[in-house]
Amino acid sequence: MRKIQCDVAVVGAGPAGLAAAGRAKAAGAGRVLLIDRDRELGGILQQCIHNGFGLHLFGEELTGPEYAHKFIAENQEAGVEVLLNTMVLQVRPDRHLYAMNRREGMLDIAAGAVVLAMGCRERNRGAVTIPGTRPAGVITAGTAQRFVNMEGFMPGRHIVILGSGDIGLIMARRFTWEGAKVEGVFEIMPYTNGLTRNVVQCLHDYDIPLHLNHTVVEIHGRERVEAVTVAKVDEKLQPIPGTERRIPCDTLLLSVGLIPENELSRDARIELDPVTGGPVVSDEMETSLPGIFACGNVVHVHDLVDNVTRESRLAGEGAARLVQGRQPGGPVLATRAGEGVRYVVPHRLHLANLAERETTLYMRVREPAEHVRIEASVGGERVLSVRERVVRPAEMVSVKLPPGSLPADCTGTELTLSVVKEGERA
Amino acid sequence: MEKLQADVVIIGAGVTGTAIARELARYELEVVLVEKEADVACGSTKANTAIVHAGYDAHPGTWKAKLNVRGNAVFPQICRELEVPFKRTGSLVVALEEDQVPHLYELLERGHVNGVPDLEIIGRDELLRREPHLNPHAVAALWAPTAGIVNAWELTIAQAENAVENGVKLLLEQPVIRIEREGDRVRTVCTPDFAIATRFVVNAAGRHSDEIARLVGQEDFRITPRKGEYYVFDRRFGHMAGCPLFPVPTAVSKGILVTPTVEGNLLIGPNAQDLEDKEDLRTTPAGLKEVLTEALDMMPDLPLKDAIANFAGLRAVARPSNDFVLGPASGVPNFINAAGIQSPGLTSAPAVAEEIRDYLQAAGLELNGKKKFNPYRKRLVPFRELSREEQAELIAEDPRYGQIVCRCETVTEAEIVQALHRPVPCTTMDGVKRRTRAGMGRCQAGFCTPRVAAIMARELGLSLDEVTKKGGASQLLLARTKELLLAKGAEAHA
Repeated sequence: MRKIQCDVAVVGAGPAGLAAAGRAKAAGAGRVLLIDRDRELGGILQQCIHNGFGLHLFGEELTGPEYAHKFIAENQEAGVEVLLNTMVLQVRPDRHLYAMNRREGMLDIAAGAVVLAMGCRERNRGAVTIPGTRPAGVITAGTAQRFVNMEGFMPGRHIVILGSGDIGLIMARRFTWEGAKVEGVFEIMPYTNGLTRNVVQCLHDYDIPLHLNHTVVEIHGRERVEAVTVAKVDEKLQPIPGTERRIPCDTLLLSVGLIPENELSRDARIELDPVTGGPVVSDEMETSLPGIFACGNVVHVHDLVDNVTRESRLAGEGAARLVQGRQPGGPVLATRAGEGVRYVVPHRLHLANLAERETTLYMRVREPAEHVRIEASVGGERVLSVRERVVRPAEMVSVKLPPGSLPADCTGTELTLSVVKEGERA
Repeated sequence: MEKLQADVVIIGAGVTGTAIARELARYELEVVLVEKEADVACGSTKANTAIVHAGYDAHPGTWKAKLNVRGNAVFPQICRELEVPFKRTGSLVVALEEDQVPHLYELLERGHVNGVPDLEIIGRDELLRREPHLNPHAVAALWAPTAGIVNAWELTIAQAENAVENGVKLLLEQPVIRIEREGDRVRTVCTPDFAIATRFVVNAAGRHSDEIARLVGQEDFRITPRKGEYYVFDRRFGHMAGCPLFPVPTAVSKGILVTPTVEGNLLIGPNAQDLEDKEDLRTTPAGLKEVLTEALDMMPDLPLKDAIANFAGLRAVARPSNDFVLGPASGVPNFINAAGIQSPGLTSAPAVAEEIRDYLQAAGLELNGKKKFNPYRKRLVPFRELSREEQAELIAEDPRYGQIVCRCETVTEAEIVQALHRPVPCTTMDGVKRRTRAGMGRCQAGFCTPRVAAIMARELGLSLDEVTKKGGASQLLLARTKELLLAKGAEAHA
C-alpha cells in the first residue's frame, strides 16, 4: 500500500474542492492534494453546458466548464497536486484517507487537514416512492444531463418532468432544443423548487407548462415507460381522487431534490445536521472532527455555484490555518434557525472571527413570502435586520454580519435568524 | 429454426428450474433449460423476500411442509458449494397482542409435526433483548433457529452457472410457443428459434406453468398470481432486524415482515393480493401503505426517509390445491410438473429438484452419474467485502479493480467485466445489477448508469443505445443527440 503525506487533502474536485484546494495553497499550506473519482476536474460543472455561472463572483455569465476552468487554471498555477480516477474509500478521524486507483492501487494518505467536498446526489424514484411498474425510462435530471451533454445520447423523445428543481428546468429547455417534446413540469408543492430565472428562461420562454400542486401517481409500461398518470394534490400533498390524468410519454425525468453525499462523513462519525443532511460546521467550515473540514453541497445544497466557491474558500483557508497552527481559539456562538427559517449554516461562529472579519450566514426560508426582514438576534437582542422583497425556499438567503457587529460578550448565548413580516417585531 | 435433441427440456429458469437443471447435470444426460426472459431469475425469483423458512408454517402432509424442511436442511451445503451468501439467522414469529400467543403454540405444534428442529417460544424480555427495535408491546415469539436469509437471484444465477458448466444448455429469450405430442407422449418443445426433440419435459414455468401445462392438454390446475409489494431501505439500516420478524400469519400469507437482507439492507413486505393479471407488477398506493402500516406495527422506528426502492412480486398460487403441483401430468407421463411453487418455494427448491429427478427416473429416465460433475461454482469476488490489503492485492493483479464504477456499493470495473463473461450470458443492466450490485445502492444507478452502459457496450460489442435495462424494448437511450432535430428538419423540407 503506497503511503502519501500531505498538508491538506481535498476529497472531490467539483467547484467546492477546486476552490478549497486553491485557497488552501494560496493561504500557505504546503502540499495540497486534490482527489477526485472522475476522470477530469470540475465535477458536475462539466456537464452543465448552459450559462449563468459566475454572475455574482465574476460579473459575467459563464458555462459550467468555463467556470470550472478558471479554478482549474488557478490550482495548476498554485501547484495543487491532482489525483484523478481515484476513489476515497474511507476517511479516518485521525485524518488518514484510504483511496484507490488503477495506476497506484491502494493509497494510504496521511493529511494534516482534510476537506470534504463530495457534493450531493439526486433523489430518485425510490426516495419519493412513485407507484407503478419499473420500466426503463425513469431517469434523474442529472443523469439525463450527462447522457445528453457529455455522451451525445437522448434518454427520451417524449418527456414528463416530475419536480421543478433547477436541473430539471434546465433539462426541459435542453430537451426542447434537441427536438424532444416536453409535456410539462409537475411540482407537488405550491411553489417551484428552482430559481425564478430558470423558471422564466427554461419553461416560460418555451411554453412548457408548469403544474404546481401536482404529482405523478403511477408509472405505466412494462419494458419502457409508456405513460404516467398525474394528479392534483391537496394541502397535505395527498393526490385528489378524480383529478388523475394519463399522459403518454416514453420518459419520466425526475428533478425531486438533492441529498448531500455524506457516506464518508458518516463512516467517520462526523456530526450531521438532520435538516441539511450535511456536517455541522463552524465558520472555518470545520466539522465536529478536528482538522476535518467540509464545504459546498456536501454541507448543504446550494442553488448558486458562486456561493459554493465563497464557502469553499473559507474551508481552504481554515485548513491552511490549521496546518500552520493559526486556528482561532476562544469561545464560540451557536447559530439557530428561528421563525420561518429551515436551517442556518455555519452552525458555530468563533467570537474571535466575528470581531475581525465579515461573516456570511447562509439560510433557507420555510415558505415563500414577500416584504420581509431577516433578523439576527443574540440573546433576544436584535443585531441585524435586512429587508428582502421576496424570499423563496428555492433561493438561498445570505446574511452578512459586519466585523464587530455583535456585543463583545455573548458567550453562552446563540445567534438566531428569523423571517419577520414587515411591520412586525420578532 | 434450429433443431436440438435432449433427454430433458426444463421450461423456466427461476430458482426451481435452475435447481432441477443443476440436479440433472449430475447425470449423463442432455438437458436443455429454456427461459423466455433475457436472463435467469426474472420471474417470482427476482422479487420475493429471500427467506429460507424453517418449515413450521405449512400444514402437515402438504408438499410445502415436506419439502420446506428437507430443502432447509440442505441449504448450507448448496450455498457452500455454489458460494452463495447464506446466513442462518433464525427467525421470529412475533405476537404483538396477548391473544395471538395461542397461535404461536399452534405453529410450534405444527413445526414439531413437520419435523422442524429446535423451535422454542420466548418471552418479551428475551425477545426485546434480541431485537431492540421491535415494538416494545410485543408479547412473545416463536424462535426458529434453522431459518435464514439468502440472495434468491444469486442462488439462481449460481445454480444456472453451475448447471451450464456441467453441460446443461441454456436458451434465453426463448418463450415456449408449442409442445408437440405423439400419442400420450410429449415429443418436441418449440420456441421461436428452436425445435427441441426431447424424451421428457419439466414444467417449471412459474406463474405461467398452467399455460405450459395446457399446451399438452392438462387442465386440472391453474395459477392465480398473488401480488406482494415491498420497500427496501438503505444498507445502513439492515442491522435494525437481527433476523426475519414475522407477524402471526393469516390464511393467505405469512404476513408483512421486517427482515435484513444478506447484503445488509432492510426489507419490508409483502402484502398479499390475489389477481387475474399475471403481468401486473405495479406497486400501488394502497399496497405500499398497507405494507408500511403493518411493518410500522412491528418496528415503529423504521427509517421511512431512507427507503431506496419499492417493488412488487407475484407468487404462483396453484388452484385448487394451494400446494405445489409436482409429478407427471395426467395422461402425459413424460411431462413432469414443478408448478405452483409459491412460498416456501425458494427454501424447497433443492428438495423439489430431487423429487422431480425421482419422478423422471420412475418415468423411465436412466440416471447414470457423471464422473466429471463439479458441484462447485466460484463466486464473483465482491471487492467491497475484502480487507484493504486484499483489495490492494487485487488491484495489483488487475488494474480494473482500481476503478470504482458504482460508488454506493463500491463495485469495480473488474467485477462488471467479469459479470459480463460468465457461463450464463449477462446482457442487460438489470443482469449486471443482480450479479454485482452496481445500481442497487442509495442512488439507485443515478451515477453509475452511464458508466455501466459504456462498459457493457464495449464488452458486448454494442452501441450505447442498444443497451437495455431488461431486454426487449427496454433501451436506456432512444436516440443520438441531433437525431430528432435532423428528422424534424427533413420533415419540414419534405
